[in-house]
Amino acid sequence: MTGIEEAAARIAEEGPSERRFARDPVNQAMINNWAEAIGDRNPVYTDPGYAATSVHGGLVAPPAMAQVWTMPGLRGQRADDDPLSAMMSIMDEAGYTSVVATNSEQRYHRYLRHGEHVAASTRLEGVIGPKRTALGEGWFVTTVTTWYVGDEVVADMVFRVLKFRPSDASGGAEAGDVLRPVVSKDTEFFWEGTRVAELRIQRWGGTLRHPPGPTPPDGDLGAVPDYVVAAGTGTVYSFVVQHHPGVPGKTTPFVVALVELDEGVRMLGELLDAEPSQVHIGLEVEVVFVPVEAGLTIPAWKVRS
Amino acid sequence: MNIAIGAELPPLTVETSTTFVISTAIATRDFQDVHHDADAARARGSEGIFVNILTDTGLVQRFVTEWAGHDALVRSIAIRLGVPCYAGDTLTFTGAVTGRDGDEWEVTVTGKGDLGDHLTGTVRVVIPGEAP
Repeated sequence: MTGIEEAAARIAEEGPSERRFARDPVNQAMINNWAEAIGDRNPVYTDPGYAATSVHGGLVAPPAMAQVWTMPGLRGQRADDDPLSAMMSIMDEAGYTSVVATNSEQRYHRYLRHGEHVAASTRLEGVIGPKRTALGEGWFVTTVTTWYVGDEVVADMVFRVLKFRPSDASGGAEAGDVLRPVVSKDTEFFWEGTRVAELRIQRWGGTLRHPPGPTPPDGDLGAVPDYVVAAGTGTVYSFVVQHHPGVPGKTTPFVVALVELDEGVRMLGELLDAEPSQVHIGLEVEVVFVPVEAGLTIPAWKVRS
Repeated sequence: MNIAIGAELPPLTVETSTTFVISTAIATRDFQDVHHDADAARARGSEGIFVNILTDTGLVQRFVTEWAGHDALVRSIAIRLGVPCYAGDTLTFTGAVTGRDGDEWEVTVTGKGDLGDHLTGTVRVVIPGEAP
């Protein structure tokens, strides 16, 4: 399970948020603004004389306004226990900074009338991802909201948004637009090392292993690893030159080298500041540590001088 | 009105001008910057500001009730978004009666914009005097 999936499971388990009241009771001013902007001229929403003779026997609110009453507004803060806002923060931190709604399924149990003060409660239904979409890589977040007047359910909605990292194709690369390694329990020592400029190699007894894994090469399930700090020097064992497709945060062409370290294991990384035509197997290289963002430093290679 | 499965609704065309996109976003109390701030929308990977989903729901309601009549009772609106509808696009709604369940008629709706299908949806509506 990824960190995002774990967070989603935790938030879903917390259940529905406290019911939160709309800023205003159902009122003619907001209905008039809405009907005017949408272009809906149905007089049951705006004409008291007509509405009195209608099936409603008086003015009612447009059912499609159900969600409008409880929108947070310009300065509005979502409640601390709002599961959508909690999920959005987690996605923002993971670099999925943009959001777009994809599905809305609303049911109206009855029409609302002036003066009724609705309250809404939302729970997290689920999170699915990461998915590649036309907008960029992202996660689909589904919530269920229920609207109440008193204890009566008046409307409900299944709502789905795509929380995504904008793709580079738009030219709108953002600071968050960078490839991140997946950090697991087995690899976190490695990434802690790069933060302090140490290239750490997993060691099982007398055997070095890279990439690090959960078990030693001989499969002894009782073994516990430690690590050694590599000197950071080696030679190019193999390499590729990336021309296409583009990679977020990189300018093509660039070189990715598989380096055989002096300690004997092989490690992948970008070979920086090298002309692709000058790169060859056996080229002597040394490690450099490239800070990407707070808390993330990626090792790369440069030609040894 | 004589309703039958397969009956088509009169199309509705909406010009989604910049004023339309912003005024509907504000009227639905949706202050997300992508619905009123073109620079912010582009920085987030969009071509410009675009119609919000609460407005889509409202437009679908308007489209169906303009056909079904002022006393029609809308029971549900489900929409799925496709390509965005940007400011300056023309949005055309078409629809047809596709089913019924008790006293509710099911209407299937498509909203087509400049880039293709902006939304597809299903509306359930009770029409007085048209009890199946």
